[in-house]
Amino acid sequence: MRLPRVRGPVSAALLDTLTSAPEQRDDALAGLDVVAREVIGASEDLARDDDLQLTLFCLYELHYSGFDGVDDALEWEPGLIAVRTAIERAWEAQLRAAIPLPERPALEADAVAETLFALAAADDGPSLSRYVAKKATREQLDEYLIQRSISQLKEADPQTWAIPRLTGRAKAGLIEVQADEYGNGRLERMHSQLYARTMRGAGLIDEYGAYIDIVPAVSLASANLMSFFGLNRRLRGASAGHLAMFEMTSSIPNRMYGNGFRRHGFGEDVTWYFDEHVEADAVHEQIAARDLAGGLVESEPQLLDDVLFGAASVLVVDGWVGLHILDCWQNGRTSLRAPVATAA
Amino acid sequence: MHEETPVIVACPNGPLLVRGDVPIENPDGTPVQKNRRTVALCRCGASVLKPWCDGSHKIIGFRTDLDHGDVPQ
Ligand code: FES
Repeated sequence: MRLPRVRGPVSAALLDTLTSAPEQRDDALAGLDVVAREVIGASEDLARDDDLQLTLFCLYELHYSGFDGVDDALEWEPGLIAVRTAIERAWEAQLRAAIPLPERPALEADAVAETLFALAAADDGPSLSRYVAKKATREQLDEYLIQRSISQLKEADPQTWAIPRLTGRAKAGLIEVQADEYGNGRLERMHSQLYARTMRGAGLIDEYGAYIDIVPAVSLASANLMSFFGLNRRLRGASAGHLAMFEMTSSIPNRMYGNGFRRHGFGEDVTWYFDEHVEADAVHEQIAARDLAGGLVESEPQLLDDVLFGAASVLVVDGWVGLHILDCWQNGRTSLRAPVATAA
Repeated sequence: MHEETPVIVACPNGPLLVRGDVPIENPDGTPVQKNRRTVALCRCGASVLKPWCDGSHKIIGFRTDLDHGDVPQ
């Protein structure tokens, strides 16, 4: 993707580093390290910190598709990994403090699944999907698509990092879900492709990262969370729990999102993505809860708390996203950092 | 080649998960198009995508662990 615009001193120093000539890179890295540690130390709410979430997003992006004009070898630059780890540590501490865990179930797959389903059912967060179904304006539909584009145009990729880190039943379950996410090898059914099609149908640009500059910190945080869990082997439990909860809170909302687009007269080219998720995620939630999350706890019981943490983090972090968007809309503001017309 | 035996998993409080090559047909013998390898068949009756599960069992509080005559709370 193209490099985004800076949002503060840390992202400015990072972009400097990424675009510096090799002979100036060490100086740029040293500068980045100093400013990052200062800003991290002072940041009280990392989930809403535009500068740090954008920095984290870019550091993760080096592991996915990279940036136009940036040396691919920077993916494993130790100085960048150090900055990434410093942001992750501070953010993890804030997340662990903010996210309550449910009571521990027995170390059996079905008991784990039951706890996760109960956790999902007890969630009383605000319903963005209901608002989209009933009230969202045409412009708000665009905003919604843009907010999610940052994760959905690479849907399933962050969870794929976990595959080689799992074994047995959990691995089989993850692969079953992921294969379906990737359209079982059929390009036109790949979920990220369906999302691109939805964006095109709504008249938006479907290129990954096209709207990065207007996506707020909290939505970057939601996307970053998946990469954070996916890229750290120690957090494979959280990655599994996250995917399970994501699937468990998907079917019913996606039906409502689809209804919102139908209400505005959109046809199947736009609603296919949502309709597909109603059906697919009703399958995935069973596999992800029982085989992936439950199976993982049976084979690695010490990961139970991380599975619960990952699951609960979906409700909390994606809840913040929903709250932010609804709050803006109900007050007649855009939920983006700037109007759509200014992007891309 | 080894033929895979299809397996149906009766998910507690949820659908029947069908893994493997099982054709699903309408009463007149026409096939119901399967969009994925593993499918979930609704057994709560509330899905609007029948025969597939659409998650509605959670909205109606469908339970599979009740005796006959019990009603959900
Ligand atoms: S079993 Fe899921 S909707 Fe009926």
